[in-house]
Amino acid sequence: MALITLAKQAILRPSGITESEIDMIMSRLLSSKADAADIYFQSTRAESWVMEGGIIKEGSHNIAQGAGVRAVSGDKTGFAYSDRIELPVLLEAAHNVKAIVRQGQNASAGLTLPAKWPSYYAPIDPVKSLEDRQKIDLLQRVESETRKLDSRIEEVIVSLVGVHDHILVAGQDGSLAADVRPLVRMNVTVIVVQDGRREQGSMGGGARNDYRYFIEQDRALGYGREAVRQALVNLEAIDAPAGNMTVVLGPGWPGILLHEAIGHGLEGDFNRKGTSAFSGRVGERVASELCTVVDDGALPGRRGSLSIDDEGTPTEQTVLIEKGILKGYMQDKMNARLMGVKPTGNGRRESYAHAPMPRMTNTYMLSGPHNPEEIIRSVEKGIYAKNFGGGQVDITSGKFVFSASEAYLIENGRITRPVKGATLIGNGPDVLTRVSMVGNDLELDSGVGTCGKEGQSVPVGVGQPTLKIDGLTVGGTSV
Amino acid sequence: MQNQDQLNELKAIVQSLLDEAIRQGASTAEAGLSQENGLSVTARMGDVETIEHHRDQGLGVTVYFGQRKGSASTTHLSPEAIKDTVAAACSIARYTNADDYAGLPERDLLATEFPDLQLNHPWAIDAEAAIAIAIECEDAARGYDPEISNSEGASINTHQGVHVLGNTLGFLHGAMTTRHSLSCSVLAERGGNMQRDYWYSVARNPLDLESAIHVGQKAAQRTLRRLGARSLSPRQCPVLYAAEVASGLLGSFIGAISGSVLYRKSSFLLNSLDTQIFPEFIHIHEQPHLIGALGSAVYDSEGVATRPHDIVSNGIVRSYVLSTYSARKLGMRSTGNAGGVHNLIIDPGALDFQGMLKMLDTGLLVTELMGQGVNMVTGDYSRGAAGFWVENGKIQYPVEEITIAGNLKNMYKHIVAVGNDVDLRGNVRTGSILIERMSIAGE
Repeated sequence: MALITLAKQAILRPSGITESEIDMIMSRLLSSKADAADIYFQSTRAESWVMEGGIIKEGSHNIAQGAGVRAVSGDKTGFAYSDRIELPVLLEAAHNVKAIVRQGQNASAGLTLPAKWPSYYAPIDPVKSLEDRQKIDLLQRVESETRKLDSRIEEVIVSLVGVHDHILVAGQDGSLAADVRPLVRMNVTVIVVQDGRREQGSMGGGARNDYRYFIEQDRALGYGREAVRQALVNLEAIDAPAGNMTVVLGPGWPGILLHEAIGHGLEGDFNRKGTSAFSGRVGERVASELCTVVDDGALPGRRGSLSIDDEGTPTEQTVLIEKGILKGYMQDKMNARLMGVKPTGNGRRESYAHAPMPRMTNTYMLSGPHNPEEIIRSVEKGIYAKNFGGGQVDITSGKFVFSASEAYLIENGRITRPVKGATLIGNGPDVLTRVSMVGNDLELDSGVGTCGKEGQSVPVGVGQPTLKIDGLTVGGTSV
Repeated sequence: MQNQDQLNELKAIVQSLLDEAIRQGASTAEAGLSQENGLSVTARMGDVETIEHHRDQGLGVTVYFGQRKGSASTTHLSPEAIKDTVAAACSIARYTNADDYAGLPERDLLATEFPDLQLNHPWAIDAEAAIAIAIECEDAARGYDPEISNSEGASINTHQGVHVLGNTLGFLHGAMTTRHSLSCSVLAERGGNMQRDYWYSVARNPLDLESAIHVGQKAAQRTLRRLGARSLSPRQCPVLYAAEVASGLLGSFIGAISGSVLYRKSSFLLNSLDTQIFPEFIHIHEQPHLIGALGSAVYDSEGVATRPHDIVSNGIVRSYVLSTYSARKLGMRSTGNAGGVHNLIIDPGALDFQGMLKMLDTGLLVTELMGQGVNMVTGDYSRGAAGFWVENGKIQYPVEEITIAGNLKNMYKHIVAVGNDVDLRGNVRTGSILIERMSIAGE
C-alpha cells in the first residue's frame, strides 16, 4: 500500500481530521505573507523490554501523536504544536504561528513536496514482528548464553526497543508526503569482577528493520559476546598516557570522530549564521587528500537513514569533503533557501513537538589505500582506539571531544597493553589535515547512535575505515 | 491552566486510570498525568528569530499483578485512550517475571502533608513583550564590546505545568509549577579565532530572574575572556572547578550512591555507607522544602514524602539516594529520591572566588567541561576542559583543547576547599571546588 495511504490511516483517520480541514489550517497559516509553511503530523508507537538480574523486569508501551505547524518568513520561524489533532486546536496554533510573519513573499512554489521518492526500508511494524512470547524468549536466550561465557560475569542486562513511526507532511500547495519508519535497537551490558576489580562492557545494534534483524546472522548473541570481550579487556587495562600522540582509530563506530569534529560544524544553520569554525570555507582544504567524507540518508535499512526527511525532502548522499576539500553543507529547506543552495534531505526533528533543523543522517569516510595492519606497523609509539562512548563539540571554537571505552598502546608497530578509557580532544578544522593513512576497511557502526542538538535527539549512523592521525591529545592520567 | 477546577478534572482522570487498572485485574497500580503550556522566543541580531508555542500532555500508568509489573503511556486523555493504555500495561505484565522487590511504596512513607512551597508563579507575558526583553538582552551583549562579532541570540522560555500523581493506596495529589528562563549566547572574534559562551538565569518566579541587561553583559564578558585561548603541555597540578561546573562533581557523587547503580553493583562507591569519602569538613544535604526553589518538592515521583536530610556529614556518607524499588533490593527504606534529589546543597566554606583563586595559587581554573568521560563503575574520570591558567592566585590566560583526568574517589578525598561563591540557579547548589591535584593533557 502507498505510504501516503498508510500514514493517512494511522494519523488522520483516528483523529477524524480531513484533507480539506488540513487545507483550512494551511490557508490560515498562509493568510499573511509567509515564505514557506508546513504541517507535520505524527503517530508513534514504541515498546521496550528490559531483562536484568535474570528476570524480565520491565516492559513499557507508549503511544504518542500530534501535529506541529510552522510558518517561515526570511530567517524567522513561528512554530506551535499540539498532541490533539483537532481542527480548532490546530487553527489556533496556525493563528499563533503566523504572527511571526511581518514581511516576506507569498509562499514560493519552489518548496513543494516531491511526487515520488525511493524507500530505503519497508513500512513494517517492529512491535508486531514477533509475538510478545518470542521477544521474551529472545531476551532470555541472549541473557543466559551471555552469562555462560565467563565465570567472572556478575550481571547481564539486555534491553530491546521497537518503534513504529508514521509521519505525514502537508506542504503549502496542498501536497502531502509521508513516511512509515521502523526502528529497532538491542543492547547488552555486562559487569565483570576479578580480584575485587569491577569493569563494564556494552554492545548493541539496531536498524530500520524489525526484530528478526537480531536473530538473523546471530546478531543478538554476538552483542553479548562483544560486551563480555570488552569488559574482560578492561579488567587488564592500565592507566592511559596523557599528552599529544599518534592515534590510530579502528573502523566503524570510531567514526564518531567525523560526527563531532566536522559533522556538526557543517550543518547549514551554523554556517548560514556564520557561527561555525567552518563558515565560509567551501572550496578550502580542511583535510588531507586521503579524506572523502559524506552524509548519506539513503543507505538501505540503516539507523540514520530516512526515505524523506521531516520536511518531505528525499534524502541523498551529500559529499561534505572530497579529497580534503570542503564541498558543501547539510541543509534543511529554510537554510538552503537563505544560502541559495538546494536542500540536501537533512531537515530533521525529534518529533512533531520540535521544529526541524539541519541534522546528520549517516556520516562516514570512504575507504583509502592502506592495509590496516600496515597502519599499525607504521606507528612507533601511540594509541589504538577501538571503541568509544559519546562525544561533544563546540562548533564555534571547533574543539571536540570523544571518549574511548576500549583502547590499547601501540609500541614499535604492535598493539600491546589495553589502557583505561580516556577522552580525546582536538580541533575540528585541523584534525583531518593530520590524517596520514586511511585504511581500505570502511565499516559502518552497528546502529546505536543518537545525536543531540539544541535539546532534540535523533537516531544517526557513523562509519569510517581505520585512520591514522598524527597528533591528537589523549586525556590519560599517566603524565 | 487557571484554577482548582482543572486540577480536580485531572485528578479525576488519574483516579479513573487507577479504577480501570483494578477493573482489568491489576492488584495495585500507580498513575501520573501532566499538562504543560509554554512560550519560547528567540531574538537574534536585533530582531525576532523564532516564536514557539508549547502544549504538552501525557499520562502514564504502571500496573502490578502481584509482583509482576507493566507500564504504558500516551499523549491521549480520552476515556478510550485510558482503557487502551491500561490494557497495554496489563498485557506487558503478563510477560514480565515476578520480582520480589516490585510494588508500590510503603504506605507509611507516602506524603500526607502538602505545604505550599510557592512553586507556581505564572508569567503574564505575550510573545511581543517576551521578544522585547530578548532583544534588550541580546543588544546588551552585542553592544558590550567591538570584539563581540556575532550572536546565537537571546531567548525567553516560560512554562507552566500541572502534574498529578496517584496510586491505589489512596494517594492522589496534584500541583502546578512554573519555570522561566532568560539566556544569551554570543560570539567574539580576534585574529580569525572565534569563541562563544553564554549565560542564563532561571527561576520559578519571573521576578527572580536576573535583568536582561545583566544576562547579556555576562554572556559577552564570558565570551570575551576566552579570546586568545591556548592549550597546555601535560602536567599535574591543582584544579579549581568554577561553581557552574562544580555541580557536575556532586552530580556524579549522587549518581554513584543512587540505588539503581548500587544494587546493580555498577558504582565505584559500593558499600560506601558510613565510610569516609570526603574530607571531614564536607557536609552535603538535601533540602526539598525550600520556598520557591527550582528543585523543591513535597513528594518524589512515587508519592513518598521528601525530607531534609544529611547525605554526607564530617565527610562520611550518611545516606544513599533511594527509590522504593532500589531500597528494597538493598534491604533498606526509600529515602524519597525516586526521580532524583531535590535541592542538593554542599555547605560553602569561608572563601569567596578571589580567595579560592589565591588558595589555588598556581594551577588550572576550569569553567567548561566537555564530553561524558566519567566511568561510574570505576570512578575513572577524563573530560575535555576549557578555563584559565592561574599563577600566584592571578588569572594569566585562557586555555582550551585540554583534558583533565583523575579518579573520582581520589578527587573527592582530596577536595581542599569549597568556596562561598554559590551558584543558586540549579538543583545542585555549590560554590567553586578546589581539588589538590589532577592530570592535565594538551598540545
